[in-house]
Amino acid sequence: MTKFEIRGLRADVLIGEDERQEILKGVDLTVNSGETHAIMGPNGSGKSTLAYAIAGHPRYEITEGEVLIDGENVLDMEVDERARAGVFLAMQYPVEVPGVSMSNFLRSSVTAVRGEAPKLRQFSKELQGAMKNLSIDSGFAARGVNEGFSGGEKKRHEILQLELLKPKVAILDETDSGLDVDALKIVSEGINRSKETHQMGTMLITHYTRILNHVKPDFVHVFAGGRIAESGGPDLADTLESEGYERFVKAGA
Amino acid sequence: MTSIAHPELEGLGTYEYGWADSDEAGATARRGLNEEVVRDISDKKDEPEWMTKLRLKSLRLFDKKPMPTWGADLSNIDFDNIKYFVRSTEEQATSWEDLPEDIKNTYDKLGIPEAEKQRLVAGVAAQYESEVVYHQIREDLEEQGVLFLDTDTALKEHPEIFEEYFGSVIPPGDNKFSALNTAVWSGGSFIYVPKNVHVEIPLQAYFRINTENMGQFERTLIIVDEGAYVHYVEGCTAPIYKSDSLHSAVVEIIVKKNARCRYTTIQNWSNNVFNLVTKRAVAEEGATMEWIDGNIGSQVTMKYPAVYLMGEHAKGETLSIAFASEGQHQDTGSKMVHCAPNTSSKVVSKSVARGGGRSSYRGLIQVQEGAHLAKSSVECDALLIDTVSRSDTYPYNDMREDDTELAHEATVSKVSEDQLFYLMSRGMEEEEAMGMIVRGFVEPIARELPMEYALELNRLIELQMEGAVG
Repeated sequence: MTKFEIRGLRADVLIGEDERQEILKGVDLTVNSGETHAIMGPNGSGKSTLAYAIAGHPRYEITEGEVLIDGENVLDMEVDERARAGVFLAMQYPVEVPGVSMSNFLRSSVTAVRGEAPKLRQFSKELQGAMKNLSIDSGFAARGVNEGFSGGEKKRHEILQLELLKPKVAILDETDSGLDVDALKIVSEGINRSKETHQMGTMLITHYTRILNHVKPDFVHVFAGGRIAESGGPDLADTLESEGYERFVKAGA
Repeated sequence: MTSIAHPELEGLGTYEYGWADSDEAGATARRGLNEEVVRDISDKKDEPEWMTKLRLKSLRLFDKKPMPTWGADLSNIDFDNIKYFVRSTEEQATSWEDLPEDIKNTYDKLGIPEAEKQRLVAGVAAQYESEVVYHQIREDLEEQGVLFLDTDTALKEHPEIFEEYFGSVIPPGDNKFSALNTAVWSGGSFIYVPKNVHVEIPLQAYFRINTENMGQFERTLIIVDEGAYVHYVEGCTAPIYKSDSLHSAVVEIIVKKNARCRYTTIQNWSNNVFNLVTKRAVAEEGATMEWIDGNIGSQVTMKYPAVYLMGEHAKGETLSIAFASEGQHQDTGSKMVHCAPNTSSKVVSKSVARGGGRSSYRGLIQVQEGAHLAKSSVECDALLIDTVSRSDTYPYNDMREDDTELAHEATVSKVSEDQLFYLMSRGMEEEEAMGMIVRGFVEPIARELPMEYALELNRLIELQMEGAVG
């Protein structure tokens, strides 16, 4: 049973040498094992900043608050330590790393997170199975990390990593954006597998309710003006679908 | 145990091959250069008169030629302080046991007998100071007529080949350092591969400087006869001293009709060595010359392996990697000279600079009159690990025909924050992540190396990256 807590989190984005801007203005959220929290909100509300700040991207600086995983402060950890502690961020725009094969990258990641190198044959089998589940062609293992991947391929590979690394908590940053109907279904199934097999806690950041038909949220939060403006059950998503975010944007301003 | 077998690939941040042996021959060798020194070298080697004369003529050319000022800073070279010839053993050995104890120890530490035992190579040459002290070639190759000798012995045993080819690709007066080499050359490899013979496993040479202020001037001559193939691999190491040593080699290669030669260098000289080398090949009709050039060590390297494409459909290729760390300047590149129609050339250069190191790409693509339908592509990519290192690109193109197809691409990139973040967010520590990015960057070259070298290169990059972050 894992408890992931975000308490009073404030963060700035670093724009230039002396320029910064506060984006997160006091975020509170608790995610327990097995729970799925949809975080919905308009563009520019700070959803992605929340994701990257938790993962420790150097472009963001936490000014206040804490993030705890089973009581341990994630913010005291380096980026890689956060990953090893069980926090995973599926990125909206994962970067290319030319010349590094996906299989090498995945094996290195798995080795780092599990703390020991998996046996080659076993890992190869595991990888093939995971790729098959996500309808990823086996040829991808030999390709450079995200190199020349389409938007949809990149998303599938993020979920492939999710399934291999088995995090306690996953933050999925607009994993649904840019996916066609079939790909959305495949990706959603991957997320659901992780939820079922190891009770992953999930923060599902999205603009749209569409993915919520596949990945059922336990809670829905409206993110506006750098904080959670309203929380509710799955019904809240339907309200947002029909009424939009306008009400919250105004309230947050 | 590939880590032992390839000493020249050893660590940079932690240079593991920086020890020196006690060496009387080196300690008592004389410094400075004049006619007497040159005559003395030639006498000791009992050379034919034409060679003595050529040496003396080259010395005059060396004296006359100004120091090149267009590349790296060479002002610290003190020619009067250098020891031009050190003979450390009277006789060349064909078994490691026969070597003098201190020299044998060196090669044991470098792991070279081990490499030979593992049969990773078809022939081995080991040059210690000025001369080749150990030599061995597989019998089956010898039976096929393959010659793999040190250059001094080759001059004695095959004078006719020598008079024909020595200095024919790189004349003494080509540049100041080719003149110097021709005046005082000693050691190096001589290879002849007869028609249609394919030497499948590389021939390998190890060069070691032991004495402080030593000048090593090996001379290599390779002739690949029609339809033949050879891959020659050389590695270089030296002790760390407070004052500088000089390595100035000349490598001449003749690749005959439809033959192919691949020449791989991994130099990991210690960071007090000036490495100023002239390498050039001529490729006849349908021939292929490939330079694989890894520059990892040395204080200053200036080296631009060249291919003169003399016959139709000849091909030239240079793949190079340079690492420039603190206090290093790697000024490297390639020259491709198209002298015949339908010739093609390709240059891929990758450089990594860190800790204030400087890497420069300097290259020439020349298409001479009449060399119709030449094709050339040049790609040079530089990767900067930090903000204090430097990278420059100096490409020169000289096209005398207008039906040439030339592609040129150059990039300078920094290890991106986003790449590092991405890998680290998957659990990898910063050094591992940085190493992975750099390995990915040089991968197009690394995959061309013999397997054990490629593995070692990867290990080397990891060592290189130690302390590179944070």
